[in-house]
Amino acid sequence: MIEEKFDAIVIGAGMAGNAAAYTMASRGLKVLQLERGEYPGSKNVQGGILYADMLEKIIPEFRDEAPLERRLIEQRFWFMTDKAHTGMHYRNDDFNEERPNRYTIIRSQFDRWFSRQAQEKGAILLCETTALELIRDGHDKVIGVRTDRSGGAIHADVVVLAEGVNGLLGARAELRSVPAADHVALAVKEMHFLPAETIEARFNLKADQGLVIEAAGTISHGMTGMGFIYTNKESISVGIGCIVADFAKNGITPTQLLDNFKKHPSVAPLIAGSEVKEYAAHLIPEGGFKAVPQLFGDGWVICGDAGQFNNAVHKEGSNLAMTSGRLAAEAIFQIKSRREPMTKANLALYKKMLDDSFVMKDLRKYKDMPALLHNSAANLFLTYPELVSKAMENFVRVDGKTKIEKEKDTIRNFRKARGFGLIGDAIRLARAWR
Amino acid sequence: MGIEPQFQKVEEKLFQNRYLVDSGQPHIKVMPHDKPSKNLLAMTHLCPAGCYSQAENGQVELTADGCLECGTCRILCEPAGEITWEYPRGGYGILFKFG
Repeated sequence: MIEEKFDAIVIGAGMAGNAAAYTMASRGLKVLQLERGEYPGSKNVQGGILYADMLEKIIPEFRDEAPLERRLIEQRFWFMTDKAHTGMHYRNDDFNEERPNRYTIIRSQFDRWFSRQAQEKGAILLCETTALELIRDGHDKVIGVRTDRSGGAIHADVVVLAEGVNGLLGARAELRSVPAADHVALAVKEMHFLPAETIEARFNLKADQGLVIEAAGTISHGMTGMGFIYTNKESISVGIGCIVADFAKNGITPTQLLDNFKKHPSVAPLIAGSEVKEYAAHLIPEGGFKAVPQLFGDGWVICGDAGQFNNAVHKEGSNLAMTSGRLAAEAIFQIKSRREPMTKANLALYKKMLDDSFVMKDLRKYKDMPALLHNSAANLFLTYPELVSKAMENFVRVDGKTKIEKEKDTIRNFRKARGFGLIGDAIRLARAWR
Repeated sequence: MGIEPQFQKVEEKLFQNRYLVDSGQPHIKVMPHDKPSKNLLAMTHLCPAGCYSQAENGQVELTADGCLECGTCRILCEPAGEITWEYPRGGYGILFKFG
């Protein structure tokens, strides 16, 4: 039994939990952090891209020490059919700046480092400790948590639920519901190891430079989903994710889907000869603005994936997690400094800070996107990639047909697609983007 | 090393991973049923670790040792009470080397 009472208990040592623990501890609060894994990161999975700006706001000098893989200098979007991809590649030498904007990271290493920073500021970390349930007083205020350690009741003024997309505590306490099957994607990922020089040659990179490929199209078998390829120092993360509700209807297994993506003629040469050292699966919150649950109450706040904080369009999750963790910590610190209690009315400050930040503003901007991508999945992921690919082939292949005839073919194909709702989809997409 | 070892059965993929299995204490349990629900049956293809299978009598069975703790089965089957889903005890279960 831990007798002392803490200012705050943080559930989870991922991006949101570490940001919250670090921020509160560095302001002098007494923080206990619980992590069910053997070490911070051992239960966490991400692609993963780290956005420097959001971490700089927490640890300005992070680049000196944090385990970073490669700075990203190029982004590729691939629109895929079974044999082809139509790509848009954006590379800019400005990304080789002194303080690069984005990096690839490996979460088990990064989270350990991030957690160590929080501990150095005074946060107490208990690993191999699963939080079982929230403890409430007679007025329904959350006053602590019970863990699977013997006599495991621990008390605090406020509990920060940074327990991830699949967090059990919040749902058990009916603070939020279990995410709906159309609000989460299941992603599977493999770590393909290759020598650094091989990766650099295959992707046209210099040492420490990296790139990202995001791919959509027939690879997701008509489901709403994306494939991704991220370059790390000596490995390539290859994965694919689709909405769980789609997976449930579609008969394909996640491993088949991943292996098909890896066998695609545009992908296979990039990972040829690699050694796979890990196979991971994880849920990604995809419900967007409309799926965000109540985020605060008497004695509790929700941060990170547990709050559905993920921008599916820009593939930003960890920076929303870090920012929500930091803002929750700052709100708690302000309330504490005023010597006021952690009531729902006071913790509303956290939501106000979130609303004023890019987190809620970005999620609101794309509030209609998740439903649109899901409802038009067959068109967006099967029909249109084929159209684009045919148009490109028609443009590039020289076969004796006159150019006028070729243009007519392409126009005819697009006219046919109008029957599938091409124009309606284009308008809806433009509206959802606006 | 050729390209072939990259395409393995899911059991072989799981073999690369690091686990600390809590023997005899599965953290997910399938509730007794005569005929599996649609969602429970879907888990036999949807579980990324291949933990679910259908027995000859039609019932869905689970071996949770290779579980990646993604929570997909919880999303689909916990709300209707077809399974129970707990986290493994602290320190047990999948231990991601890279994540």
